Amino acid sequence: MANHSTQRPTPEQLLAQIELEERRARRGRLKVFLGYAGGVGKSFQMLDEGRRRRQRGEDVVVCALQPEYPPEVQAILQKLEMVPMVKSGGMESIDVPAVIRRHPQVALIDGLAYENPPGNPNAHRWQDVEQLLDAGISVVATVNLQYLEKLQDEVERITGTRASSAIPRGFLDGSADEIVVVDAPAPESGLREAPPGDRASLLAEKHKLSRLRELALLVAASVVDRQLENYVRSHGMDQLWRVQERILVCVSPRSNTAHMLDSARRNADRFQGELHVAYVQERSLSDQDRAILERKLDHARELGAQVDMLSGFDTADAILKFAREKGITQIFVGHSTRHGMQKRVWGNLVDRLIRSAEGIDVVVYPQ
Amino acid sequence: MSSSIPSSTGFSTDDPPPARGRLQLFLGYAAGVGKTYRMLEEAQQLKRQGKEIVIGYFEPHGRKDTIARTVGLEMVPTKTINYRGVSLQEMDTAAIRMRRPTICVVDELAHTNVPGSERSKRWEDVQALLDAGIDVMTNMNIQHLESLNDQIFHITGVRVRETVPDWFVKSADEVVMVDATTGALLNRLRRGDIYAPDKAQRAMENFFKESTLGALRELALRQTAHELELREITETPEVTEGLPSTSTPSEREIHDRILIYVTADPSSAMLIRRGRRMADYLGADCFAVSVSSRQDGRRPAGEGIDAVETHLNFARTLHIETRSVEGDDPAEAIIDFARRNRVTQILLGRPKYRSWSRLLGTDLILRIVQKAKDIRVIIVAARRQQQQRP
Repeated sequence: MANHSTQRPTPEQLLAQIELEERRARRGRLKVFLGYAGGVGKSFQMLDEGRRRRQRGEDVVVCALQPEYPPEVQAILQKLEMVPMVKSGGMESIDVPAVIRRHPQVALIDGLAYENPPGNPNAHRWQDVEQLLDAGISVVATVNLQYLEKLQDEVERITGTRASSAIPRGFLDGSADEIVVVDAPAPESGLREAPPGDRASLLAEKHKLSRLRELALLVAASVVDRQLENYVRSHGMDQLWRVQERILVCVSPRSNTAHMLDSARRNADRFQGELHVAYVQERSLSDQDRAILERKLDHARELGAQVDMLSGFDTADAILKFAREKGITQIFVGHSTRHGMQKRVWGNLVDRLIRSAEGIDVVVYPQ
Repeated sequence: MSSSIPSSTGFSTDDPPPARGRLQLFLGYAAGVGKTYRMLEEAQQLKRQGKEIVIGYFEPHGRKDTIARTVGLEMVPTKTINYRGVSLQEMDTAAIRMRRPTICVVDELAHTNVPGSERSKRWEDVQALLDAGIDVMTNMNIQHLESLNDQIFHITGVRVRETVPDWFVKSADEVVMVDATTGALLNRLRRGDIYAPDKAQRAMENFFKESTLGALRELALRQTAHELELREITETPEVTEGLPSTSTPSEREIHDRILIYVTADPSSAMLIRRGRRMADYLGADCFAVSVSSRQDGRRPAGEGIDAVETHLNFARTLHIETRSVEGDDPAEAIIDFARRNRVTQILLGRPKYRSWSRLLGTDLILRIVQKAKDIRVIIVAARRQQQQRP
């Protein structure tokens, strides 16, 4: 069975993982509250967590605040200690040296994506946070979706605008230990009063926010998925029991592949799944068939499928063996149309798969 | 106060009966993520905005921080019901309807009422409040969603008995995810913030394992995203047009119709749930179809028929249309029904390994597949309980 594309980490990846873990042990921990828009309650949830931690005896200090807060947030702030921010040129920034001198266990930072005023040693606030973490101070911070560099294209597609500052890809992936999504109905929806305004623009606005919400939830879901994978791997669990579908599409030169592939891709996307495509090699393949097959496999690769060429005298056996190895949950195959030699000898492929694919769904597509 | 008048005098006679109340659902992934806390916080904010809001049911679980969030909110006293010598507290739905607040807060939507209550499930009580025109804020965990029952079993090894039907969750105007990291949740559990120590220990051995919680969390996040997507499609079709969407145009144009073949085999329940989820994702019509033989006299009466009827009833509770067709050859009958109703996908269950019906069942599946070359046929396997321990 050639061309294995396994998920197993290389030694280099493992080493990187260990180094990361060692670095993390010395460093403070970063927890991020991710919101999809202003006014959804990130500040409240983050500061309220600070309040509860303080109540439990953790040494918590507020290091960065937004200019304005509603009364319920102000009430919490009164219960918290603050290291005042530094003002310069109408801009405020974290007083990093003062925080490091004070050295709390936990620093609360409301708004991770700010730029620092010119002249500050760090151009961006996320660099301040990096410094605090390196000093062994844990940070709990808030950030909005549109400031994550990784998501800016997608956010722009939804909102038509792009935030001027951004937190680089590497920062959250490398530094954030935990991410919590702050979900809430759009600020003026739910059981609250609808704001005045014409219906069409309200709907459009609601639609935008809704798409941003969805994006935030899916981002958090994929972070959880990655953490789960690491956890499962580092605890030596061989069975990945993530919320996931692993789909195998069986391709032959004659099968109507496009429809199966599209459907499989959508399915896989929906459930954060993997998409595999397999072709069982046949001895006698005409040049024409070979070309057709190549085009199909290229299409599969374009869709992000892992393509494998299987070999085996018995097609059904080869597919089932592969499916078991990969933990496949669904096999997609075309209705059989052929009445060849192979069928007479082995029975047709579809029947064989249905008979023997214990624990795996078999989806048979019209051809 | 008008609220003390039980009849419809609160409404002018020109008004139609009250519009259904709005339903806001806070969705979590385990006990202790902060659903009730979040919900009460939202309630407090609404009260500050001047809304008339009451608590219809609140489960304190001895959590101090949560209890503190109820301060200043009116509570409608619960009803005491005696059951086998124990007095239990249930929500007093009639009293709340009489009180008629604008918004009512109801904790633990998936709760099953004590026998002898007017309605057997709390979600039915909530339904009654909504029908009376009262807005409701409520909460539940992802594992109580009916159609996820099998998936939850795979993840946790626990068969959840208290479930809420999907159509009810879908009827919510708003679903809000209450998130917490699994680490934070486990810390809360260790500190005794969620359960008393002995129960916490048991919980850690079962449900509250890092990997289980992670999987549930991911499931809840994805489900909430999906709920949002559903609402967008139904609410704002004019805006959705022309925007890039997650499904391709061809998927939307072809209207899918799903047939679930229901038999006496226990796998039918799983099949029905699966069909419900697929129909939701595809926006498809869905039928649950059983086949009975024409010569009823020769049929083994009793158990088999009862099981089929139970499965059809279950399908109906999930708002799936059901049909019983007659035919001596089930394969013929199913294909015939499928063609007449322009079915695009047929869902068949794979009988459990080594069950007596296995051979017969497989043969039937193969014959349906052979006859239905123009229809997508999905043979759904009973997935094994996954390995849980390293």
